[in-house]
Amino acid sequence: MSKAIVLYLHVHQPYRIRHYTIFDTAVRHDYFDAPYESPESNERVLKKVAEKSYLPANQRLLKLLQQHPEFKLSLSLSGLVIEQLERWSPEALQSFKDLCATGRVEIVAETFHHSLAFFYSRPEFETQVAMHRQKVQEVFGQTPRVFRNTELAYNNELAQWADQAGYRGVLTEGWDPVLGWRSPNFVYRPVGTEQIRLLMKNYKLSDDIAFRFGDHDWKEWPLTADKFAHWMSEDHNATNFNLFMDYETFGEHQWEASGVFDFLEHLPGEWLKTDDHTFMTVSEAADSFEPADEVDVPHIITWADTERDLSAWTGNAMQTGAIQALYDLESRILETGDWALIEDWRRLQTSDHFYYMCTKWFNDGDIHAYFSPYETPYVAYINFMNAFRDLQVRLHETLSQKGVVL
Amino acid sequence: MKILMLGWELPPYNSGGLGIACYQLCKALSQKDIDIEFILPYQADHEIDFMTITAAHPQGIEAVLRAGIAYDSQRYIKRYVDGGENEELSLSIEGQQQLYEHAVEQMVAEREVDIIHAHDWLTFRAGLRAKERLGRPLILHVHSVESDRSGSPHGNPLVKEIEGQSMLLADRIIAVSQHTKNKIIEDYNIPADKIEVVHNSIDPTALAPLDGDNAYRYLTLMKQLGYRVVVNVGRLTIQKGLPNLLRAAQKVVERDPKALFLIVGSGEQYFELIDLAAELGIGQNVIFTDFQRGKRWRDAYGIGDLFVMPSVSEPFGLTPLEAAGYGMPSLISKQSGVSEILHSCLKVDYWDVDEMANQILAVLQHDDLRDELRNGAYREYQRLSWHDVSDKVLSLYQHHMEGVAA
Repeated sequence: MSKAIVLYLHVHQPYRIRHYTIFDTAVRHDYFDAPYESPESNERVLKKVAEKSYLPANQRLLKLLQQHPEFKLSLSLSGLVIEQLERWSPEALQSFKDLCATGRVEIVAETFHHSLAFFYSRPEFETQVAMHRQKVQEVFGQTPRVFRNTELAYNNELAQWADQAGYRGVLTEGWDPVLGWRSPNFVYRPVGTEQIRLLMKNYKLSDDIAFRFGDHDWKEWPLTADKFAHWMSEDHNATNFNLFMDYETFGEHQWEASGVFDFLEHLPGEWLKTDDHTFMTVSEAADSFEPADEVDVPHIITWADTERDLSAWTGNAMQTGAIQALYDLESRILETGDWALIEDWRRLQTSDHFYYMCTKWFNDGDIHAYFSPYETPYVAYINFMNAFRDLQVRLHETLSQKGVVL
Repeated sequence: MKILMLGWELPPYNSGGLGIACYQLCKALSQKDIDIEFILPYQADHEIDFMTITAAHPQGIEAVLRAGIAYDSQRYIKRYVDGGENEELSLSIEGQQQLYEHAVEQMVAEREVDIIHAHDWLTFRAGLRAKERLGRPLILHVHSVESDRSGSPHGNPLVKEIEGQSMLLADRIIAVSQHTKNKIIEDYNIPADKIEVVHNSIDPTALAPLDGDNAYRYLTLMKQLGYRVVVNVGRLTIQKGLPNLLRAAQKVVERDPKALFLIVGSGEQYFELIDLAAELGIGQNVIFTDFQRGKRWRDAYGIGDLFVMPSVSEPFGLTPLEAAGYGMPSLISKQSGVSEILHSCLKVDYWDVDEMANQILAVLQHDDLRDELRNGAYREYQRLSWHDVSDKVLSLYQHHMEGVAA
């Protein structure tokens, strides 16, 4: 039986909130328009990432697709990154479309706004998933068959929802306390579902590339494609190696100088040297392999940190206060029918905003694992809350114009 | 009469009330034909023509601020560093204090003065040197003692040593309040009759007027919607007691969700307070603006319904008088010097969170009470003047000159 690498890359950029003070609140509504020179400038970040990561990595991926008929991969692009690419780097967006045009690149479903809405509002979550589906159809001409929730946040309920919604597969972290003695290198069936299959990230192998690749103190450094392919060949029973990571691993988290692009270029060749080795997209893997077992995940798991929970997003009072305040506005915001207002509300739901408010690394000392354009999590919180207050003012003004009594 | 005045800061380079009090006192004294030379640790243009300002050392204000402000006495530590070429760049507060002390000692050799008048601990040792050199009376002006600044009876023993020794050796001590006089007696066993209480004051002509366009547009709108605003302006340090204000705020918001709290300032408790507000579940009601000057500082006074100064130990406390001048009533802690001279205000023990909440709610809910307090405080404010203060200081000068002559 064949053994497949299931390579899945996640592409996302939020709309970062600029330095937005109480003196801007109720005066200007341009939360997301930081000056170009500042670290929160979305245009600047997007152009930089496009140049350092999306364009050079896509160029290599396209070459690999042309060289190796068996090479395949899956991508998820949040609605927000697609929009920003349309606006600031059409050439990078075109390079993603070129990949899809080969017919061997599958786009994965998610929420348009990269939100945690599933855990706060089911109707809002479903709207954002539908918005994303429509955008993917429009831009890439595909209808996604496999779902990934933001941050790979997952529990039984999510799997059951995705099953009901007709997805063929769902992705999450291959976290040991959930897997127990089992290996992530198989397809599983989520508890209480019929059709859907669960693919779980092999975090050891994935993180070898995503986090450890450029680390000279790592005992396996330097990591070469043949060594990596060899490790996988050693697992004789496995069916699928789920290599899930942020797309920005290539060229941004791991710089070009680390040799990560060379690694990427050589991996398919090395892997395909053996006859029964192949690549699969996520839905192919779900279709091809029988589930090895049923997996029960009553509590939420994610792909982040040593805890693999939501604590990076909702671990302190600032985060929970901010996110709850935002969802408390839902019914009134939607009532306005003011699409600019609703869209800003949705952009504030993006998980990155809450991640920037994370303080738990003060204890871990693991600051390098966190990316933030802000000097401190407190600044991130103040900016967010001021934007939130402005949203409230706009909400009030819009509703009172419509004669709604608050 | 020639006075040698030793001080650490003057506006606009002041970090708090110390610089303002020095400025106003000297200005009032100069109008009584007192000839003042004011020695500062830094060189800058203050645009002051009523006295001579001399720099002890040709360094900019930045070098002093890098070491710390006059309130940072916890940062005063003995450092035995090998003085490299760039020693001056990296001086600690101790280094700055010693630099000042030695420079003053050299400078005064050629001066002829009647009285030496030194303001707060950083200049006290320089005052002692000048007294030794010139054989003239030394008056120490105590704007705060170490146990105020540290918020505990212990404080920094090195700073306590300076304060204790200097107070023993000085000819006279001016305390800015009875509160401060009591602390000096308690902390340093100084005889009560050596200490004169001379309260600070405010110059009603010195407050720049408000214009019609408040910088807090958000708060202006919220007030139109029936919200009320509680304001604190000051450094966010342990001495100022802000955690208790936030705990009271939680109780206020429970009963009156339309209560907003505006916290203007920065300091070592800044992030801790942001965290605390979120943990208390009042993140939406508490607005942190960071340090502000000029219009945004004034407009904070202009927007509020009640000013709260919850200080744990406040030698004087100028801000409630500024609030009175801008037409805002105050709730102040009984542990403050200003509570000895301001009568049209509410007073509470800093630790009595329930009573603090009770009184805040009373003002927010009863406009009659608010207006009565405001009008009364304004009348008191209009009667205040630095001329009365300078008269008291002048009579002390005269007393000691006679003593010397005799």
